[in-house]
Amino acid sequence: MADPSEAKGEGSLRKAFGGVLGVFILLLIGTLAFSIRLFSVIKYESVIHEFDPYFNYRVTQFLTKNGIYDFWNWFDDRTWYPLGRVIGGTVYPGLTLTAGSIWWLLNNLNIPLSVETVCVFTAPIFSANAAWATYLLTKEVKGTGAGLTAAALLAMVPSYISRSVAGSYDNEAVAIFALIFTFYLYIKTLNTGSLFYATLNALSYFYMVCSWGGYTFIINLIPMHVLLCIVTGRYSSRLYIAYAPLVVLGTLLASLVPVVGFNAVMTSEHFASFLVFIILHVVAFVYYIKGILSPKMFKVAMTLVVTIGIAVCSAVLAILIALVASSPTKGWSGRSLSLLDPTYASKYIPIIASVSEHQPPTWPSYFMDINVLAFLVPAGIVACFLPLSDASSFVILYIATSVYFSGVMVRLMLVLAPAACIMSGIALSEAFDAFTRSIKFQLPKLFEASPSDAGDTNRGTQDEPTKVDNNTPTEKTEATVKERPSEKHRKKEKKKLEKGKEIKEKGKENADKVSNKPLNAKKLLVLPLEASAVAILLLIILGAFYVVHCVWAAAEAYSAPSIVLTSHSHDGLHVFDDFREAYAWLKHNTDVDDKVASWWDYGYQTTAMANRTVIVDNNTWNNTHIATVGTAMSSPEKPAWDIFNSLDVKYVLVVFGGLVGYSSDDINKFLWMVRIGGGVFPHIREPDYLRDGQYRIDAHATPTMLNCLMYKLSYYRFVETDGKGFDRVRGTEIGKKHFRLTHFEEVFTTHHWMVRIYKLKSPKNRIRGKSKKKTNPKTTSKINSNKNVKKNPWQ
Amino acid sequence: MAKSSSSDAQALIRSLRSAYAATPTNLKIIDLYVVYAITTAVIQIVYMGIVGSFPFNSFLSGILSCVGTAVLAVCLRIQVNKENKEFKDLSPERAFADFVLCNLVLHLVIMNFLG
Repeated sequence: MADPSEAKGEGSLRKAFGGVLGVFILLLIGTLAFSIRLFSVIKYESVIHEFDPYFNYRVTQFLTKNGIYDFWNWFDDRTWYPLGRVIGGTVYPGLTLTAGSIWWLLNNLNIPLSVETVCVFTAPIFSANAAWATYLLTKEVKGTGAGLTAAALLAMVPSYISRSVAGSYDNEAVAIFALIFTFYLYIKTLNTGSLFYATLNALSYFYMVCSWGGYTFIINLIPMHVLLCIVTGRYSSRLYIAYAPLVVLGTLLASLVPVVGFNAVMTSEHFASFLVFIILHVVAFVYYIKGILSPKMFKVAMTLVVTIGIAVCSAVLAILIALVASSPTKGWSGRSLSLLDPTYASKYIPIIASVSEHQPPTWPSYFMDINVLAFLVPAGIVACFLPLSDASSFVILYIATSVYFSGVMVRLMLVLAPAACIMSGIALSEAFDAFTRSIKFQLPKLFEASPSDAGDTNRGTQDEPTKVDNNTPTEKTEATVKERPSEKHRKKEKKKLEKGKEIKEKGKENADKVSNKPLNAKKLLVLPLEASAVAILLLIILGAFYVVHCVWAAAEAYSAPSIVLTSHSHDGLHVFDDFREAYAWLKHNTDVDDKVASWWDYGYQTTAMANRTVIVDNNTWNNTHIATVGTAMSSPEKPAWDIFNSLDVKYVLVVFGGLVGYSSDDINKFLWMVRIGGGVFPHIREPDYLRDGQYRIDAHATPTMLNCLMYKLSYYRFVETDGKGFDRVRGTEIGKKHFRLTHFEEVFTTHHWMVRIYKLKSPKNRIRGKSKKKTNPKTTSKINSNKNVKKNPWQ
Repeated sequence: MAKSSSSDAQALIRSLRSAYAATPTNLKIIDLYVVYAITTAVIQIVYMGIVGSFPFNSFLSGILSCVGTAVLAVCLRIQVNKENKEFKDLSPERAFADFVLCNLVLHLVIMNFLG
């Protein structure tokens, strides 16, 4: 009698120790996730990166200064001049509200952090939260060990780091946490059938809708999974409780967010959830009727219902299809359509096609972004099938869909990362389980001087070697290779193995988990001792490679704030701070109401740092407006001056990398300006700017190219730098070297010539010559734009 | 054929009725509540068909509150039903408390969205 209670006491002590260890490991994982993202702060400074985060930063500043009611009703007139932008209705408020509330909380606790600091460090904090959410999710699928491994993998995966370094204050920083947490609550509800978790699930889904446009992934993946469960015969009442309240509450909560509004019930992105909602109710009703009727009566009911039901369903379906087909895009938004049909954007919406993040990824980017996980994922998928549960089928569906979407757009590698971490965590955990179990099994054998229960253990050990010899003792680390041949042999030798195990159990003192399993419950795999030890060592080395790669990627590849550039030359580190120099100049040397025109990439930064009104910015919601600026950049000086003057522009900003070799400058982006401009104003034709299909700016460039505003503003006085005008990015000397600007004057060029600011010259007071034609350009363009015979609407 | 199908239909209806009569009273009350909620939703849709859907958010919140309470009542019924093996260790008080909480959140959102 003493033995069982002792065993129980020992068991509970081990459980308690395991629990404490688990909590400690989770804390360490959180710290790791936070600190690996601090490289940019250490290497550069605590500054906000890139372009989009500047807009979010500006919105957060407004929120903290003016409060939430003004934030909801904010109409921003300092961007998209003269249209303005309704910020309250077009921004996903989750990120800004989160950072704003953190700032408010800290300030009320008398910790006076500035808004910028809070914004910079929001992403690392939420990545720690995301790692913990991954732990919870994987624990629901496979258990604590898999959970801890998956959390550790997610803390470091480079794909997630790239969008959540300290300073990358963008929607994904918070949205990935919300995504994983919503999935966790869904799986938890599915596993427990508790309505409490269903409520929490809906609230977490609300947080996700607030944070990111990618919430449509959730509202399509979960119905897909419900449909999968129904089709594979895994319908249960827990499925109903998990899904039905989520649809109703989720739709309502999604409609609450102003950005989504009525789209939550009217766009095709949400129709899948409603369709599956109806299907689920039908299935639930059928199961209920089946439960209360006798089988004969049920058959009668089925025949009756099926005939009527099919008629009704087809009628409803016909109406629905007619409604949806009547809209040109079948109810889908442009961005979603470009996900389903990858060629859609390049044909119809050049702006979406031009964003570099929307291009399909290359093969090396998979290894860069998820590294070792790329070949652990298949092992994880196999492990999920043994045994298949609702939760593991969900994770399999998640990884399948996210792999497809990551193949369409490189930006969506971010959605693949948590799925890959979960799968790899499961795979690694199962592999470690198998190996440590083998070692644990066979270690006492090593330490026993002579076989104590000679006859029995001999028989047992004889069975083991026969099974072991049939295994291929490979020294590779792929768990699948190990498990597949052994599974075949395992099935053959199952009986012998279990008899051997039973006998072994009697002979040993420490009963591991094998003894807890009844005879026919689990076929446990035992591998040879040396192979297991070497395999564990190799898995640890694999993990070490992963860690080294992640730290390198975080430090070198993804920590650049892209507003400050550095280069290493023979005389040390060179820092290019030209962007901030230009914005500071604008801030100090122009009037508050002056309008600045530039390509849309720099809009957010200009409004946030220079505090000047811009014409177009990164939100790119109005294609015609962007096409107007693109046309102006592609036109000769006079028409461009006309266009800019009609928009009240005072200053034009171009980015030029020819002197220092910065390759993301406006000349390299110029063809996109031509394409987008030409998409709306047909007098801009792309072949006019190409010589024999090639884009060049040297002496063989076309005259249209050499006369366009972008060329002139980029290369004005460039020949004065080295006498020859050698463009370091394009690698040639420029075509037109000595020219004067007639309608613009240069007001500022930064230290490395990276940003150049020009001012529009005011029109001459006295007009000579053709005075009758030259009236005020503002009224001319407005009057003549409709009845103009010429194709160019700006003359 | 018609006679056999009609007699089949009658036999079906009779067996359905007798089987349903065997359900306990508390479940019948929940079913009645569900029927009431759905009827209210149907009435609202008919009203919208007559009057037009101008304050669309009001229409949406009305419909979804009816559908929502119906769904939550069905969930409660599932959890409280003694024949359901999966929920035998869930006390009906806990089920009702969850039901009330979920309804609270639902109606909070409805009141916000009603406009």
